[in-house]
Amino acid sequence: MAALKDIKRKIAAVQKTKQITKAMNMVAASKFKVAQQRMENFRPYAGKFMEVLNSLALRVDANSHPLLAVRPPKRIWVICMTSDRGLCGGFNTNLIKAAERFVKTKEAERLEVTLIPVGRKGRDYFRKKAKIAFDRADVMGKFDMSLAAAISQDIIPPFIREEYDELYLIYNEFRNVSSQRPAVVRLFPLPAIGSEEAVDPEKRIEYIYEPSDEILLDRLLPMYVRVLLFRALLETSAGENGARMAAMDNATRNCDELIGSLTLKFNKARQAAITAELMDIVGGTEALAKSS
Amino acid sequence: MADELLLELVTPEKLAFSDKVEEVTVPGSEGEFGVLRGHASLLSSIQIGELSFTKDNKKTYYAVNTGYAEVLSGKVTILVESAERADFIDRDRARKDKEEAEARLNKMAKEDPEYDQVKAALTMAETRLKVAEKA
Repeated sequence: MAALKDIKRKIAAVQKTKQITKAMNMVAASKFKVAQQRMENFRPYAGKFMEVLNSLALRVDANSHPLLAVRPPKRIWVICMTSDRGLCGGFNTNLIKAAERFVKTKEAERLEVTLIPVGRKGRDYFRKKAKIAFDRADVMGKFDMSLAAAISQDIIPPFIREEYDELYLIYNEFRNVSSQRPAVVRLFPLPAIGSEEAVDPEKRIEYIYEPSDEILLDRLLPMYVRVLLFRALLETSAGENGARMAAMDNATRNCDELIGSLTLKFNKARQAAITAELMDIVGGTEALAKSS
Repeated sequence: MADELLLELVTPEKLAFSDKVEEVTVPGSEGEFGVLRGHASLLSSIQIGELSFTKDNKKTYYAVNTGYAEVLSGKVTILVESAERADFIDRDRARKDKEEAEARLNKMAKEDPEYDQVKAALTMAETRLKVAEKA
């Protein structure tokens, strides 16, 4: 009988777990929708921004700007963007693995690597394992452009002061709900902008520039860094919730399977108990009949 | 084409406004400037300040963060990192932001790397309060 009770308790426990994973799935789904909407809303801003930046870069020799300065790399910084919370499948693990691989190859080239974890999962992982310049944790739940601005504040001046020579960004590129892939992007020196093809010939018009075109470019480039960072943040946020949706969906399905097999076990055990009891009674009556 | 003026106000969060207007006043970094229809092509950076436009003889005010403005053949595109319409500004929050920024600024040396950032936050809060009055 004890076994029966145990199984029953187990079924109840799994059922409760299932309720939780199901709720988490739904929460992730609604958060995912919000994140996706934000990505959608950001597109016109980013698109328009690139258009102007490219047309401006055509006029000014952008490659003389300090943010585009190519130096032989000695020290590099790597931004590693993870989520704050777990329970989202391999989302963070895959990213951290990719980051570690990247760091290893760079270290093999005798480069000094310093990490900048963004998101708590990455921070916790790298805290004791790597050299860290600074970090941002517990920021993914609610962020806006000011987070990207704060990060760029921390990376632009050291680069211009030549405290490091290259900056890479590792984040989960968002492809669709169920697929995110770690991507490595070089942020600094900024890739050359203003190629001839990037600008529609009809759009190459003479503007009045206020202030001068050089100063304008000087102001636009830090904004460009913020645009790149913000996009990565949005993709991370959408990817995290997409991954969590998939993980929780899986977990719910596993619970169903577990409940099925446990119920089967429970029924078998109950049948066995009934049979055993019957055997007892039959054995008892037979013994009584013999003795009388 | 030259007899209308289309305004597009774009932020990273959304397309805040897109419609025909009569006049736009932009807080350019070299001083405020107005745009009427038929304006020459212009590209200007924007500083934290008050942006306003007139539509059907009614003026609407926004508090905007840094960005830039592009005027091109009857269309004004404003790209700013944030834009809040006067009647949507939360005054209590703006006041709190202002006090916070002031308190931090008082404790800070001018050489502090975060000085400019906090200063910008203060300007933004003050602008928001000012614009909120016009709602």
